[in-house]
Amino acid sequence: MEKTKSPETVRMNEERRDVTILFAGDSGDGIQLTGSQFTNTSALFGNDISTFPNYPAEIRAPQGTIAGVSGFQLNFGSVEIFTPGDMCDVLVVMNAAALKANLNRLKIGGTVIANTAGFDKKNLTLAGYIDGNNPLENNSLGKYRLIEIDITKLTREALKETPLGIKEKDRSKNMFVLGFLYWMYNRKLGPTEDFIRDKFAKAPELIASNLAVLKAGYNYGDTSETFTTRYEVKPAPLPKGVYRNIMGNQAVAIGLIAASRKAGLPLFYGSYPITPASDILHELARHKNFDVRSFQAEDEIAAITSAIGSSFAGNIGITASSGPGIALKGEALGLACILELPLVIVNVQRGGPSTGLPTKTEQADLMQALYGRNGEAPIPVLAPASPRDCFEMAYEAVRIAVEHMTPVFLLSDGYIANGAEPWRFPVSADLTPIKPPLRKSAGGEAYMPYARDGKGVREWVVPGLKGMEHRIGGLEKEDITGNISYDPENHQKMTLLRAEKVRRIADFIPEQALDRGSPDAELCILSWGSTYGAVKTAVKEMIEEGYSVAHIHVKYLNPFPKNLGDLLRGFRRVMVPELNHGQLVKIIRSEFLIDARPLTKIKGLPFTASEVKEAAVNTLEA
Amino acid sequence: MSAEANTLTAKDFTSDQDVRWCPGCGDYSILKQVQTVLPEIGIERENVVFISGIGCSSRFPYYLDTYGMHGIHGRAPAISSGLKIANPDLSVWVITGDGDGLSIGGNHLIHMLRRNFDMNVLLFNNEIYGLTKGQYSPTSPEGKVTKSTPMGSVDHPFNPLALAAGADGTFIARSMDRDPKHMREILKEANLHKGTSLIEIYQNCNVFNDGAFGVFTDKKTKAETTIFLEHGKPCVFGENDSKGLMLDGANPVIVDLESGEYSVNDLWVHDKHDRFKSGVLMRCFDTPMPDREVLPRPFGIFYQEDRPCYEDLLHEQIAVSINRKGEGDLDALLRGKNTWEIA
Ligand code: SF4
Repeated sequence: MEKTKSPETVRMNEERRDVTILFAGDSGDGIQLTGSQFTNTSALFGNDISTFPNYPAEIRAPQGTIAGVSGFQLNFGSVEIFTPGDMCDVLVVMNAAALKANLNRLKIGGTVIANTAGFDKKNLTLAGYIDGNNPLENNSLGKYRLIEIDITKLTREALKETPLGIKEKDRSKNMFVLGFLYWMYNRKLGPTEDFIRDKFAKAPELIASNLAVLKAGYNYGDTSETFTTRYEVKPAPLPKGVYRNIMGNQAVAIGLIAASRKAGLPLFYGSYPITPASDILHELARHKNFDVRSFQAEDEIAAITSAIGSSFAGNIGITASSGPGIALKGEALGLACILELPLVIVNVQRGGPSTGLPTKTEQADLMQALYGRNGEAPIPVLAPASPRDCFEMAYEAVRIAVEHMTPVFLLSDGYIANGAEPWRFPVSADLTPIKPPLRKSAGGEAYMPYARDGKGVREWVVPGLKGMEHRIGGLEKEDITGNISYDPENHQKMTLLRAEKVRRIADFIPEQALDRGSPDAELCILSWGSTYGAVKTAVKEMIEEGYSVAHIHVKYLNPFPKNLGDLLRGFRRVMVPELNHGQLVKIIRSEFLIDARPLTKIKGLPFTASEVKEAAVNTLEA
Repeated sequence: MSAEANTLTAKDFTSDQDVRWCPGCGDYSILKQVQTVLPEIGIERENVVFISGIGCSSRFPYYLDTYGMHGIHGRAPAISSGLKIANPDLSVWVITGDGDGLSIGGNHLIHMLRRNFDMNVLLFNNEIYGLTKGQYSPTSPEGKVTKSTPMGSVDHPFNPLALAAGADGTFIARSMDRDPKHMREILKEANLHKGTSLIEIYQNCNVFNDGAFGVFTDKKTKAETTIFLEHGKPCVFGENDSKGLMLDGANPVIVDLESGEYSVNDLWVHDKHDRFKSGVLMRCFDTPMPDREVLPRPFGIFYQEDRPCYEDLLHEQIAVSINRKGEGDLDALLRGKNTWEIA
């Protein structure tokens, strides 16, 4: 019944530098859980790792169809890992649709692990294999190594003594897969066993059944003589320290809390649920003991305006959404801008326009963040490079918002929001202090709401302070006093003052560093946001192969680091890969008069390192 | 209430900004009543915040020497919600109008009411868009001829109080610009109420909709067209209190107290805690007709109930969470549950 098509006969342990596995199955197959468990176990083992979940857009897409396929890709290694991997070494498919949807992502010679129960006539038809033509049987997978296992049957067998119903038994078949892969990659079961005990603490019968199936999967590999090779992926030489695993949205939430703590001000989070930003709300709502005030507002506009109201009263107002929701917040962004109150707006970008591709990633909201408002309304824009970098940039967003009295955009995206990687987390004492320009006591100098300090920043006085009563609003205000003013000269002056305040933030952010390569290389690849990992991998390989290429990754998009223009002028060519139709590239061209060229991809999917590499090699060899 | 707050006067609540409404606008009266009431209720100026949206009425915060924010169109309730969560101790007053609060900001208004933030909402109803120079509003009557409805409006108007009741508002009242004493009383009651207090104020826009409420506010007709509700008192109205309201099943009927058939003792006694009966009063919304007797338009507090406020419940959860898990430990949060060391 079970067979492998490879010819080995002796059991061996093969070492691998890095491995990419893609788990795929029906959205009800527990794929995300399987993937994240493998991730945690490998991270605890000491591998470097990067993951990318790929959800179907519909919550309950029809079972067995391509639309219902859920995927989880992970790349782990004994070397540094920067992306979830381009092509997979191993493709685990729970049904025919999962194979059909993902086979093009498998390397030639890679391994397919297929649950044969998912290839019955019904599944084949649903997946669109015509006339029940079974790919497992018609030699169409000849280029790959095929491992067929009737996972459903073996799972039921492992649970035959338990009183659970068939449906419940089948639900733990993902544990069989996990157990089998743990055997294949020499992993311990301990961390997942602990997880199962914790997760099902209230249902002991499920603890027993999941543990049994996990073990059955492991033992299946161990005892079945057909499997002759196990793989070893040694720990990666990561910098010394204590690590944890972190997802992007989770890192944003923790970064916001950390910043609120360091600023000594409560965090107010106004938001309206939207994919893929909602997990930030979920995470923050769990941490009320940090004095987090999370408010699920009636709509996107209320989400941001409530945050503005909270900032007026001395909280750190934060709101988050994705493209369509950000569009609704546009008018309020202008209000925050003219009021000059701290506010952080997180945009977890997804494919657009309009509702677009809710579960897919894109970087097409950069122009929206920079310019998507009426009037001259400059707002600083930051973008994290990876899941763990979401912590640092969320922290930075709050620091800049508070210390410079301005709304600040944080542009994450679906790819890093749901991706995960190991994080050498900081200790709180090492975090940069945040100093709000807050008047703490009454008395002293009379308060002029729009008087500015040397940085061009106004003082923050919140209701409750005696003798400092004042009114602010969306109408243009007179310099210094803040009284309504329609004076032409004053409007020009205030517009310039607000712009200058944002420009001067460049004095308070790090200078731009070169990520890799020499400052006079032939080609510079300039990336921003989540394209970081793919570009880093591509540039690393190219330099090893002797190409004259360098990598700059910008995290501060407005204002730019002061030295960025000079750095870029040192290269003969500049290429800007973006998951959009060319946005940063336009800004670089207009800002620095540099002939930067775009590399665009608008498929709802991240760049692969090889795509970037190919384009870069072509540019250099053109 | 501090001793000092007691010694303040209306002048202390008046800012140095010139008031810029059209001469004769009903807004002046409302501003005056608010400035008069604030020192009487004894809240320190620094703890008072006025939040408005956009519209003529929304200039209001600039004229009061308290904290204030002139927000954006329709969003004052949402801005105030965040403010109130951030600092529940503040006395928050939302200033809005029929366009601001019922049209562009209608969503925020109903959600604020159901959440029952402890705030006071002054809804200036002038049944017209004043600031944009005279288009019909969501409270303009059907057939209203305005710049944007030259053949008369075909929109069915809102009944703001019934809307508030539908959103489970906990304090629902109506007053008018031309009855300062009544307005001051209602403002004081609203301030005392813990929860969202909605006061609809009939406000004359003498430039674009002059006399819209004349039939209710004019001394000559007021007695016959209005009824002033008092909790626990019979529903009487009319010249010399000559008429009253009775309930015939679910229908209010007008009875004559002078014919000898009915006395005050037979009348409907207003109970502001009675959800059903207050709903009947809110539905007394007929347009007065010269040729036919219609129900009088009620003023006063229609409905009031005690219900926990959102901000209190939220802060209670924070306290419970701190109690259970201890004050947030940032390093523990950074570290998470599963860590490993690379030596
Ligand atoms: S337009 Fe009407 S409502 Fe506005 S200020 Fe003038 S009179 Fe008052």
